[in-house]
Amino acid sequence: MSVSLAIFPFGVAFGVAASEAGLTLWQASGFSVLVFAGSAQLAAVDVVGDGGLAVSAIAAGLLLNLRALAFGLAMAPALRGPWWKRALWSQFVIDETTAVATAQADPRWRRYGFLLTGVLLFVSWNVGTVVGAAALSSSGDLVTDLGIDAVIPAAFLALLWPRLVRSDQRRIAAVGALVALALAPVAPPGVPILAAAGAVVVAGRNGAGPGPAATPPPGDAGAPTESPPEAT
Amino acid sequence: MTATWVLLGLAAGTYALKAAVPLALGGRELPAPVTRVADLLPAALLAALVLVSTFTDDGRLVIDARAVGLVAAAAALARRAPFVVVVVVAAAATALARAAGAA
Repeated sequence: MSVSLAIFPFGVAFGVAASEAGLTLWQASGFSVLVFAGSAQLAAVDVVGDGGLAVSAIAAGLLLNLRALAFGLAMAPALRGPWWKRALWSQFVIDETTAVATAQADPRWRRYGFLLTGVLLFVSWNVGTVVGAAALSSSGDLVTDLGIDAVIPAAFLALLWPRLVRSDQRRIAAVGALVALALAPVAPPGVPILAAAGAVVVAGRNGAGPGPAATPPPGDAGAPTESPPEAT
Repeated sequence: MTATWVLLGLAAGTYALKAAVPLALGGRELPAPVTRVADLLPAALLAALVLVSTFTDDGRLVIDARAVGLVAAAAALARRAPFVVVVVVAAAATALARAAGAA
C-alpha cells in the first residue's frame, strides 16, 4: 500500500509537467488513464513541450517502456482467465505491480497482489495527475518563480537513480547522456533522446568487460553470434 | 493537436507492449537480446532526458538555475530521500537560485 502512496507525488509531478508542456487537463488525464506508464508519459510530454514531432515523442516513450514486455512475461502465468480479463489486467502491467506480485511466492497471492496494487496505483496516479495539472494553470511566471521547471529534470533523475547500480548501466547512461547533449543544439527536439538509445548498442559492444551482466549465462554458446556484423 | 496524437499513439503502443505476452504470446520466452536491451534502454534514455531537460532551452545549451536544482536533487537522492522530497528540494533550490539572481 505504501507503493501506491509513494506514486501519488509522481502523479502530481506528471500533471505539473503536462500542464507546463501546454497540455489541457483532459489530455493530461488521458495520458494517465490510457498510457498508465510513468516514465514513458513524462518523456513523451517533455518532447511535446520542447516542440518535437509526435513520432519522436511516441518513440521516446515506447523505447523507455520496452521493458513492459518483460513485465508481461513475468506476470503472464499469474494472469490466467478469459481473454477479456487478461486484456483488462494487462493495463496494470507496470514496474510496481510486477515488483509487488513477483515478491509473493503463492501464485494466487501473486494475482491478488498484482490486482490490488494495480487498482490502488491507477487511482493514486490519476488523482495525482489531476491535482498537478489543475494546480498549475500554465501561469508562466509562477513556473519559474517557484522553480517548477526543475521538477521535470528532478523526476527523471529520481527514475534514473536506481538504474545506475551496475557498471554497464552507468556506462550506458553516460554515453546516452553525452550523445543527447551533443545533438541537442543541432537535431530537432526529441531526436537527441532517441539517439541516446543507440548508446545501448555502443556500450553493448564494449560490454565484454568485467561487468556481471556482460558475462553470457552458462550454456549460452550462441551468444557471440548475436553481436551485430559490423562489430567485428 | 500534437499532444492528442502522441497520447493516442503512445497509449496504443504501450498497451501492445504490456499485453503482448499475457494476451497473445502466453508461455513463450522473449529472446535474450530483447530482454537485455529492454533492461538497459531506460538508463540511456533517462540519462539523456535528465541532461537535455536541464541544460537546454529552445535547442540551445544553457546553464541556468535548473542546474542548481539538479544538483540539489542528486544530493537528496544520495541521502535516500523519497520522491516528493527530491522534487520539492529541486524546485526550492532552483527558485532560490533565481531569487539570488541566476538566470
